[in-house]
Amino acid sequence: MPVISYRDALNQALVEEMERDENVFLMGEEVGHYQGAYKISQGLLKRFSERRVVDTPIAEMGFAGVGVGAAMVGLRPVIEFMTFNFSLVAIDQIINNAAKMYQMSAGQYHVPIVFRGPSGPAVQVAAQHSQAFESFYANVPGLKVVLPSSPKDAKGLLISSIRDDNPVVFMESETLYNNTGEVPSDQGPIPIGVADIKRPGKDITLIAWSKMVDVATEAADALKEQGIEAEIVDPRTLRPLDIDTIAKSVAKTGRAVIVEVGWPNGGFGAEIAYQLQKECMDHLDSPILRVTSEDVPMPYAANLEKDVIPSPQKVIHAVKKALYLE
Amino acid sequence: MASSADIRIEPDDAAHQEDTTRDELLPLYRKMLSIRRMEEAAAKAYAQGGKIGGFLHLIIGQEAICTGAISAIGKEDYVVATYREHGHAYVKGMSARSIMAELYGKKTGASKGLGGSMHLFDEPNNFLGGHGIVGGHVPIGVGAAFKAKYNDEKRVCLIFFGEGSTTIGGFAEGLALAALWKLPVVFICENNQYSMGTPLYRTLAVEDVSMRAIAHGMARDRFDGDDVIKVKRRIQMAVDRARETWEPTLVEVRTYRFRGHSMSDPGLYRTRDEVNEWKRRDPLAIALKRLKDLGVSDDEVNIIKKDVKEEIADAVRFAEESPAADEYKSYVTKEGKA
Repeated sequence: MPVISYRDALNQALVEEMERDENVFLMGEEVGHYQGAYKISQGLLKRFSERRVVDTPIAEMGFAGVGVGAAMVGLRPVIEFMTFNFSLVAIDQIINNAAKMYQMSAGQYHVPIVFRGPSGPAVQVAAQHSQAFESFYANVPGLKVVLPSSPKDAKGLLISSIRDDNPVVFMESETLYNNTGEVPSDQGPIPIGVADIKRPGKDITLIAWSKMVDVATEAADALKEQGIEAEIVDPRTLRPLDIDTIAKSVAKTGRAVIVEVGWPNGGFGAEIAYQLQKECMDHLDSPILRVTSEDVPMPYAANLEKDVIPSPQKVIHAVKKALYLE
Repeated sequence: MASSADIRIEPDDAAHQEDTTRDELLPLYRKMLSIRRMEEAAAKAYAQGGKIGGFLHLIIGQEAICTGAISAIGKEDYVVATYREHGHAYVKGMSARSIMAELYGKKTGASKGLGGSMHLFDEPNNFLGGHGIVGGHVPIGVGAAFKAKYNDEKRVCLIFFGEGSTTIGGFAEGLALAALWKLPVVFICENNQYSMGTPLYRTLAVEDVSMRAIAHGMARDRFDGDDVIKVKRRIQMAVDRARETWEPTLVEVRTYRFRGHSMSDPGLYRTRDEVNEWKRRDPLAIALKRLKDLGVSDDEVNIIKKDVKEEIADAVRFAEESPAADEYKSYVTKEGKA
């Protein structure tokens, strides 16, 4: 089976969907002639021309809104944010327009659009460029929120997102783009709203998405050497959330640690914890714990940044606490 | 790249009256009258308490703009409007019944009671809404025009907004992208001189909104909006430009709303004299005078008035008698494809 990078998996999904459907186009800053700020759209301009690979000026609210309008009348735009930090100046278009059009028009207009780009901390890019917004977007009815952690998921979920008839917030990670993994050459769509067991285990459930799956995996490797078998569940999409798969795992292990790179206050992990206590109360052997970033704007200095972001050590510590080993 | 000297502006000759015929003007007059009577009926239902709720923004006094402008395009063309959009929806083809029932929050309304006064939509007639966030709808219209060009369709999009929108980013970015990409848009600023309760001179450093076009090398136009025929002719020029050359135009139409910003606004920031002065330029009165000049008899006008009265009474009755809205979960996300 071919081993490709997360970046190439996204590129393949874009190419295949644009080949399949003339209505799909890519729009964003530097997506065309520059070949993408993170090279996700490498080669697309040559293949599909300026008509379908559209470079924009720096105007996120403008081009996100152009995407919404184009989607309302029949196109299927993929809007690239250079990073999701810049989606904040377009958030009116995402929340007030894309997410609400179907409801406000009672089904007359729907908005098949993908807003995609890297989200979460990168490396030493400081407070305005290192933040995770999935909890914001997952709060909004009308949106779907997708965060693939592997090359295979990236490809399959991007295909599904482009084919979905609703606005999809598709969050990648700068720290995942170079990760490699097996992706079948005929990889098709992976359904939105289906969690994936990334690693089986019996002692505790680690719930993690996007880059945090890597962190949880590293922690699980270390725990294994100490005789603790952690199961890793990746929800893959936060809205809709496959709580059944997560709850089934927690009912089996009796313990859960949720790992998210966002801030603790009102973070999505709190929602998962709430749903788990509702679904699994009788199966829980210890309180559900969360590992999040520290509750601060991201510092620049490398050592401080490391302290702020969830690490395998922090996950191991939480696991031992949940197992009453510490 | 155009220099500012190249930017075309149509001559702003306020005294010039465009020729018309009774066959052209009669239906336009009727549409304007329907809008006014519909909104008066809505205001009455609102005042009666509970029948219409939330925000209700009336366009009374500005009817010539939506009526004239939308009469210059076809069914296949797109229109995007603000929350003051009952008239635009009506002229684009939505029935008074559908509008009134939506205002009443009924199941039979255009949006089945999910949208309300600010969110009228009519997909078969390409009316892309009624939008509540000032300026946020401008890029949507640019997107519809983007699609027209993407598919090489000879469709245009009219985007309506108030002068109060011209200070927010959505307007600035929408204008910039339409100019850069040469998209078939006509930006129509209904300059009613008040951004809610704040007069123009306190919100804009340069009161001539059409001058915003200059920085983008975009054609512009600027005129008074009390004669529906003038509006139709001038918008037609911009529509033709968009359809034939993909060039967008920024059109500023000066007007005045006779009522407050919304039903809750008594309009204390304007003098009675000022309002009365503008009421002397009532677009309905001007159209009526022109009809008389064209030889239309009182009897003919009275027939129209009677028809309109019946149309609106029927719409109100329909709204009153329609079943209550009864679902709010069916249109959150669209499933079933993919």
